[in-house]
Amino acid sequence: MTLRGRLAASLSATPDALFAIGLGLLNPAMLAFWLAGLVLSPVPALGPELLGVTTRVVRWRADLERRLSTRAGVPIRRPYLPAPAGAEVGSRRWLRWIITDPATWRDAAWLLPGALIAMVLSLIALAITVYGLTGALLVPLWLVLGGVHVGYGLFWPTANDVEGMLALPQGLAILAVGLTVTPLTRATHLRFSRLFLAPTRSAELRLRVARLTLTRADAIDAQAAELRRIERDLHDGAQAWMVSVGMTIGLAERLVRRDPTAALKLLAEARAASTTALVELRHLVRGIHPPVLAERGLEGAVQALAMMLPVPTDVRSHLPGRLDTPVESAVYFAVAEALTNMTRHSNARKAWVGLRHTEGVLFVEIGDDGDGGADPGRGTGLLGIERRLNAFDGTMAVSSPPGGPTVVTLELPCALSSPKT
Amino acid sequence: MLLRDGLTRLLQAFDFDVVEAVDNGPDLLPALLRHRPDVAIVDVRLPPTQTDEGLKAAIAARAEIPGLPVLVLSQHVEPLYARELLTDHAGGVGYLLKERVADVEQFVATVHQVASGGTAFDPEVVAQMMARRKPLAGLTAREHEVLRHIAEGRSNAAIAARLFITEKVVSKHINNIFAKLGMPPSDDDNRRVLAVLMFLDA
Repeated sequence: MTLRGRLAASLSATPDALFAIGLGLLNPAMLAFWLAGLVLSPVPALGPELLGVTTRVVRWRADLERRLSTRAGVPIRRPYLPAPAGAEVGSRRWLRWIITDPATWRDAAWLLPGALIAMVLSLIALAITVYGLTGALLVPLWLVLGGVHVGYGLFWPTANDVEGMLALPQGLAILAVGLTVTPLTRATHLRFSRLFLAPTRSAELRLRVARLTLTRADAIDAQAAELRRIERDLHDGAQAWMVSVGMTIGLAERLVRRDPTAALKLLAEARAASTTALVELRHLVRGIHPPVLAERGLEGAVQALAMMLPVPTDVRSHLPGRLDTPVESAVYFAVAEALTNMTRHSNARKAWVGLRHTEGVLFVEIGDDGDGGADPGRGTGLLGIERRLNAFDGTMAVSSPPGGPTVVTLELPCALSSPKT
Repeated sequence: MLLRDGLTRLLQAFDFDVVEAVDNGPDLLPALLRHRPDVAIVDVRLPPTQTDEGLKAAIAARAEIPGLPVLVLSQHVEPLYARELLTDHAGGVGYLLKERVADVEQFVATVHQVASGGTAFDPEVVAQMMARRKPLAGLTAREHEVLRHIAEGRSNAAIAARLFITEKVVSKHINNIFAKLGMPPSDDDNRRVLAVLMFLDA
């Protein structure tokens, strides 16, 4: 770690230690409250409600610890099982969900030892820091102000002014030790918390199953919606035009002897209608799976896309092979959506797309030098893309501070096949 | 394949000599190099991979035989491919949607146009390229329109007929375009190709 990074860690760890002590004081009360809720839970009407409230309070506290820990570099994920669909707060099913989730009990078990460890370690770290500060500031100050001799460090009490002034270097050294130790004690107590607050292996698996169920449902929904759209487009578009082509040719057949001129006119009409049908089909195909994607793969298709944008867009790509078709298609549409948003909202003057595949993960970056301030929560397009990527365990992140630049990052674990020749 | 047989019959009906018709990608390039045809008509997508083998073979053949006239047909048009076909700055390039074959006379005219070193790009490619960026610097709307027709492979006479102006006015517009694009007087055909390239590459 760089010196700057160390300093930043120390400076954030010191207030964190104070905070940890304050929060630690809350824990015993929370445990008592929760246990009361648990004991009273069989009482009709009041009991389940109470347990609901207390559990929510405990989870809020545990989540706070997880957030603080993740921010401090010791990531802790949420272990809770998703609530059963449609279960009302306080209902039997809801109660069972709370009681049977091991994370509920692990949270409760953590409250006291977690607080104890956090408070003891934080107090030690803070005490060193405060003692260092006293030596560096207070002792010399007293000496200068009124020649007050107090004890400090090695000299207890200080016999003369020189020994008194020596409190300054000693204090600085102790302060340095304190500042170095604080991030370490923080990491230690957070690691201890992690033992209780992180999902267990079986909880991880259960969470994974829950997530897969959700993304699978999303994927099936999205696919069904897509098929419905295709059906509607075909029905209202190409199909309708082909019916008209058939009818017009039939009419021309009847007229060909009696009125060849009119028949010719009808045939020209039929040809025009068949052209329109083809145009519609081409649009539809482009929306399902762009031909250039089939022909050139992701790299070529993104280049073709970039070429058509009103904002000059640089494509930097290094993909030594082809991706699986479904992945290719999901990523293509994700990039297309991100680029469309960029041209619509960003006022960018230039943009770039980066494609890279390392250690079984595809990294895609779409960036621009525009206004920034893009909110991924607002654009339904981006949400749809995220859902589609989720089906492949992919993730999307948007960084867009006001003033720019906006960078959308996609990550997707996937294999790369050897290049087609 | 449906289109190959149909095209062979159509071209023969218009007094073309079809030296060979191949049905797959790997055979295409050797055939092009062996026959050195006056014009080759190539589908972008060919068996066995059904990717862009036809296009690649056409570009490779033109690398071997500069200016070998090639008319590329496809179910869809992709401006990226148009640009790739144009990068060698030689004429004799066409890129059309397959359905344009339906207008038989226009199609045969286009084949002749490409065979004689001209360019012919599908109105849809041209429209797509037009839609994306601001027009070429300094060109008036009318000049732009003329340039679009040049890209689509029309002769001066055809442009005049389309725009309801005289051929003289058309050539005046074309000279203005060349001047504004900074092209010195030279072989007119070559300048037409270069102007189209600048237009599609803007």
